[in-house]
Amino acid sequence: MNKLKSVNPRSWLSSPYVLWVIGFTLIPMIVIFRYALTGRDGGFTLDNILAIADPIHMKAMIFSLEIALGCTFVCILLSYPLVMALRRLNMGKQGFMIFVLILPMWMNFILRILAWQMILSSNGILNFLLQKVGIEPLAIANTGTAIMIGVVYDYLPFMVLPIFNAISEIDEDIIEAAKDLGAGSLTIFRKIIFPLSVPGLLSGIVMVFVPSMTSFVISDILGGGKLQLIGNIIEQEFTKSVNWNLGSGLSVSLMIFVLISMAFTTKNEVEGKGSAIW
Amino acid sequence: MKKRIVCFVMAAVMACSGVLTGCGSKKTEVTDTLTVFNYGEYMDPDVLDQFTEETGIEVKYEEALTPEEMYTKYKSGAIEYDLLCSTDYMLQKLISEGELQEIDIDALENKENIGDKYWEFSKAFDPDNNYTVPYFWGTLGILYDTTKVKEPVDSWNVLFNGEYSGEIVMQNSMRDMFMLALKALGYSLNSSDEKELKEAQELLLKQKPDVQAYLVDEARDEVVAGNATMAVVYSGEAYLGHQYNENLAYVIPKEGSNVWLDSWCVTKYCDNMDAAQKFLDFLCREDIAQKNFEYIYYSTPNEAVIESLSEEDRADEALVPSDDATKDCEVSLMTDEKTTDFMNELWKELKAD
Repeated sequence: MNKLKSVNPRSWLSSPYVLWVIGFTLIPMIVIFRYALTGRDGGFTLDNILAIADPIHMKAMIFSLEIALGCTFVCILLSYPLVMALRRLNMGKQGFMIFVLILPMWMNFILRILAWQMILSSNGILNFLLQKVGIEPLAIANTGTAIMIGVVYDYLPFMVLPIFNAISEIDEDIIEAAKDLGAGSLTIFRKIIFPLSVPGLLSGIVMVFVPSMTSFVISDILGGGKLQLIGNIIEQEFTKSVNWNLGSGLSVSLMIFVLISMAFTTKNEVEGKGSAIW
Repeated sequence: MKKRIVCFVMAAVMACSGVLTGCGSKKTEVTDTLTVFNYGEYMDPDVLDQFTEETGIEVKYEEALTPEEMYTKYKSGAIEYDLLCSTDYMLQKLISEGELQEIDIDALENKENIGDKYWEFSKAFDPDNNYTVPYFWGTLGILYDTTKVKEPVDSWNVLFNGEYSGEIVMQNSMRDMFMLALKALGYSLNSSDEKELKEAQELLLKQKPDVQAYLVDEARDEVVAGNATMAVVYSGEAYLGHQYNENLAYVIPKEGSNVWLDSWCVTKYCDNMDAAQKFLDFLCREDIAQKNFEYIYYSTPNEAVIESLSEEDRADEALVPSDDATKDCEVSLMTDEKTTDFMNELWKELKAD
């Protein structure tokens, strides 16, 4: 009787979720691993996973890493001043500002990247404006800088929102108390606001670092196909050269890499909380 | 109780047999249905209605985006397609795998509308013209802005001589780029010789600093917008580009280029060859080919349609390539796995540089 009771009668509510996870996470993962661990002839091999060490793949991987780290860093730098400014606004204005920040995300992502292509191209809007004010036109289109602008633009909201959430939860009394004890605004930021924002910062890092590491559309459009991220190589293996085994192998290597960096951030998260309490 | 179950079973059996006979009687109607598989946006929808009206044959119409998608869907066998329209190398693959039925080409009343030239092109993948009927075709060439070039563009060499550094848009497509480089070097674009492929890669590597971008769909737009002086594009794109900006011109370089051909074939699943022949004949008819041409605006192999074009359209190399321009062009054929892998390696090296 007791045993029967312990089964939650509402557990069937989770069944769509379970089906979703099985159908769209578990099975595809199994399929990817199966492809990754077999050669084209169907026999077991580790070659596809080890192929990441190939100089061409390694170069793309390092470039992806540079873009992802750079993007994350720039997003953090841009987020804090914005969030600090938002914090001072009253509720209504805050809501409006957040709305403005999220608004572009309702538009199609490819369209927004194509818009950036228009802005940055050699006869584009940016160079038109620069020429108007008498500055030499810039050659940003089809360079790493263009890709960087694209990823930062795209993923910035994913950094701002979690940090904003963390900071808006800070009790105003704590800051008042610090001020009473003679702390300047820099000290308040360094000793109170920043430590308490770390959980938000970490989830922001995860949400920005991972997608910018694995993106391939942005680099294709804004990089003019001249620069390759690891995502571009994987895409090409699937669509152009129809080598699903190698494509899956590289995806698995990338996944392992992301998992390792994830483990690193969660380890820090525990420390982060510790320092926050301290 | 037992009686009722028996009754129920009896009723069920009868219902089933009813359904079965229903299926059976439908089967006789099915002989007048064709399942047709085509690329998306690749036929005027009115044409299908008109076909049904005229012949009483119903058409079930399915679409795919790429030859690869078409092949996968066809091979899965979920739907038994009677007729399909695909591209040269894919047709070659289907023929080599024994998936197609021979068509009685000579029995097609409108066969004469398709010019000899196109039956010749078809021989690259269908050596005896037994399996395929040409539908649309085109070329790979250079779309350029006539106001920005100093001398007439007529050779692949303009892409490689460094004179238009930063002004060139190439296709982000491995096969197309190798075909073009091989042609520029005077080799066959179907070369599987590793030395020749390597040479082609070196040519492209040397050119890379001069290339503004490797694009696919946006290549045309970059020239239209004036961001680039020239781009490598397919003729259909070039025609549209010219519509947007009349300073643009399209050329098939004198070294020759790639000619692609989309043709209709009848699969081994088709058990009503008569209806299939009627459909193919219908597509070759002048008024129908005209309708499809006005819907798609790719080059048509239908000479009756070409003759009815305006003077200006007929002079447009993107729409009606001259015999002279296409004399050194080749149809691209399927490559074996070893060559594909080798080319893929070279391409990755090129992109990584």
